[in-house]
Amino acid sequence: MEPVTDYRRRLEEATVRPALGVSRGFWVLVAGLLTVIAWGLYAWTTQLHDGLIVTGMRDRIAWGLYISVFVFFIGISHAGTLISAILRVTKAGWRAPITRIAEFITVVALVCGASMIVVDMGRPDRLANVLIHGRWQSPILWDVLAISTYLTASLVYLYMPMIPDLAFFRDRLAGEVPRWRSRLYRMLALGWRGLPGQRTALLKAIGILMIVIIPVAVSVHTVVSWIFGMTLRVGWNSTIFGLLFVAGAIFSGIATLVIVMAVLRKLYHLEEYITEKHFVNLGYLLAAFTLIMMYINASEYLTTGFKLEEGEEFLFRQLFLGQFAGLYWFYFLGGLAIPGLLILVKRTRTIAGVVTAAVLVDLAMFVERYFIVISAQRVPLMPYVPFEYTPTWVEWSIFGAGLALFVLIIAVFVKVFPIMAVWEIVEEHEGTHAEEQRLASAEDRL
Amino acid sequence: MVPLLLALAAAAIVIGVVVHVGHTLADELRPPRAPNGAGTDGIGAAAERRRFLRLIGISAVGAVPATILPVALRTHGDVAATAEEPARGPGGRVRQWTMIIDLRFCDGCQSQGTPPRCTTACIEGHLAPEPMEWIQVFEQELPGGGTQFIPTPCLQCQNPPCVNVCPVGATFSTPEGVVLIDQERCIGCRICMAACPYDRRFFNWSDPPVPPEALLADYSPDHQVPATRGTVMKCDMCPDLARAGTLPYCIQACPNDAIYYGDLEEDIATNGRSVVAVSKFLTDNQAYQLKEHLGTKPRVYYVAGHGQAVGRDPYTTGRLPTEWPWLRRVEGARVWNR
Ligand code: SF4
Ligand code: SF4
Ligand code: SF4
Repeated sequence: MEPVTDYRRRLEEATVRPALGVSRGFWVLVAGLLTVIAWGLYAWTTQLHDGLIVTGMRDRIAWGLYISVFVFFIGISHAGTLISAILRVTKAGWRAPITRIAEFITVVALVCGASMIVVDMGRPDRLANVLIHGRWQSPILWDVLAISTYLTASLVYLYMPMIPDLAFFRDRLAGEVPRWRSRLYRMLALGWRGLPGQRTALLKAIGILMIVIIPVAVSVHTVVSWIFGMTLRVGWNSTIFGLLFVAGAIFSGIATLVIVMAVLRKLYHLEEYITEKHFVNLGYLLAAFTLIMMYINASEYLTTGFKLEEGEEFLFRQLFLGQFAGLYWFYFLGGLAIPGLLILVKRTRTIAGVVTAAVLVDLAMFVERYFIVISAQRVPLMPYVPFEYTPTWVEWSIFGAGLALFVLIIAVFVKVFPIMAVWEIVEEHEGTHAEEQRLASAEDRL
Repeated sequence: MVPLLLALAAAAIVIGVVVHVGHTLADELRPPRAPNGAGTDGIGAAAERRRFLRLIGISAVGAVPATILPVALRTHGDVAATAEEPARGPGGRVRQWTMIIDLRFCDGCQSQGTPPRCTTACIEGHLAPEPMEWIQVFEQELPGGGTQFIPTPCLQCQNPPCVNVCPVGATFSTPEGVVLIDQERCIGCRICMAACPYDRRFFNWSDPPVPPEALLADYSPDHQVPATRGTVMKCDMCPDLARAGTLPYCIQACPNDAIYYGDLEEDIATNGRSVVAVSKFLTDNQAYQLKEHLGTKPRVYYVAGHGQAVGRDPYTTGRLPTEWPWLRRVEGARVWNR
């Protein structure tokens, strides 16, 4: 095995590379994303001008694509928590190179998701009423509290482990980047010098945060599910909703992480650090979650379908046979069964296989959010003909802008901040290195 | 106003903490001064560690989201209310408005050859935007074939799912037991529409198509005129009319006198023609409520029937569609379907 210092130098170069220089392709990407966002903003101005009448929503299906997208984004924000906190707590060493990306997905997804709520409001001009007149009894307030707590906590949690890497950028990039960036790194690095005291304090702080953030993350998607679960509607009135949403959130979070990882790895040649092992390990997690999702679905649909209370039959017919059957079976086969198989079959358990599975899972989870939100509202509550909801171009455009914003922020972040936790990877590497040496000397003695 | 000030104060505190942390952190992390001799190194490191930890602690406090502080600091409930004093009965007790709909007398206005009069009158009285039918006459199949008509206003639930979920207290229960909406506070989140199990709430998806005279009205949650974009509306049970000693528009307009309105406290109700004792009337006629099993405790009662008392044949189905009589006076109005 090569000496640790060489390894470190190469790793540092790999981390610095994206931050140095900007290629033409990057500008093309940014321009493309900005166009999509501008189009979405245009769509939003028509909505602000004419009101929500420009959407496909009406009284009987009063929540549509926006709320589905909100749920989806908040869901993928669970990528960070799972990877960085749960894997850190369980001391899964392989996680080190991917934590930064995961934590960043969390923050960006939360921002994009929360903005969807503002877009969905009938009176965005009265947003402040939530602060002025907020009532604790309303599930919406629980959401505001949980999401803002999670956002603050994950910002801190993104930032803290980044301090040593920022200090590294500060020293390494001095003179090579514009003045504002040097100043930014200096400010954010908080005078980090890697002193033993600083290290211990930092590790301790991270240790506390990673425990704190897990219940916060779980609570977030639980209360998101409760804006549905606290109503008396068939299809939403379920005690399993919190669990279903949290599991789905982690599920789509892992999938998104896999996709972002694969893209960054290709673009910035991180093959040495983000290896097949990472994809396969995340693939195993995905496979486990396909089973968990199937289990929760079975518990939900079997317990309600067995009894078929009023309205349930209508819901089941449209979900499994009618209106939403295409979406549902795509979710079930394309999003749970096939990805699970792709990972469990040895021949497809490759990077390509796992990435394919991840793309399918993300699509399926989006579809799942959509049919959960819409199909329950389509069940008529009084004797009337069910309403048909189709999103309009305004809704699709704003959704597209949301996705573009997500990609844009990540693209810019990659150019400015260290995308890998150098110090953690080195520590991990040193750990294995020392372990190997210890084993080697033990063998010598034998 | 007070909560707003609190919010500002809270934000100031948080900013203060963050700035303070920033400063101290910068101080703390300056390289240690020249060592004064052997042994101080260890002590220095320990002190440094302690200080760093303290800072982390302070920053964690700073991380408490500022958004929730005003809500957290508020001690009293903050729910909208109408400006009016509740009506009181003879004993000084607050009236508890109730409605009884006798379906034996409701023929969906088939005999009149008009759209349901209650719906139309309510629309006219409140200048309700198309296509809102605050009291909507549903046609439901009967077990042995044929249909019945069910006029359905907001049921004024006493355990109202819509009030329970509203994030800003814009929809609220009054002391008279009526559920109202303050359209000047509503943020248009529509969770109340998702929560109402009777589909009795309506949204202004655009600038509502209302006649010009609506704009002259003095707004109050009691009558909801004029309607405003991006807010929710529904039947308000006409408490302002009741306080003035009149019956709601829907009841005044019913040609068959099928709807009673009254006060549970005084145990009296009228359809404009006869007066009944509420409790006896409910019991004698085995009155029921819609979807009783949900536990929403509606204030609106029904007596089962299909218009037999006014000679309706249950096998004659259909009624005329609702009209918004003032709509042709509105120019360039943008209407929508439900
Ligand atoms: S739409 Fe208005 S009344 Fe309904 S819950 Fe939201 S703020 Fe309250
Ligand atoms: S019927 Fe619907 S709108 Fe009326 S009080 Fe009950 S839940 Fe609220
Ligand atoms: S009580 Fe008033 S608001 Fe309610 S349906 Fe009758 S007229 Fe309309």
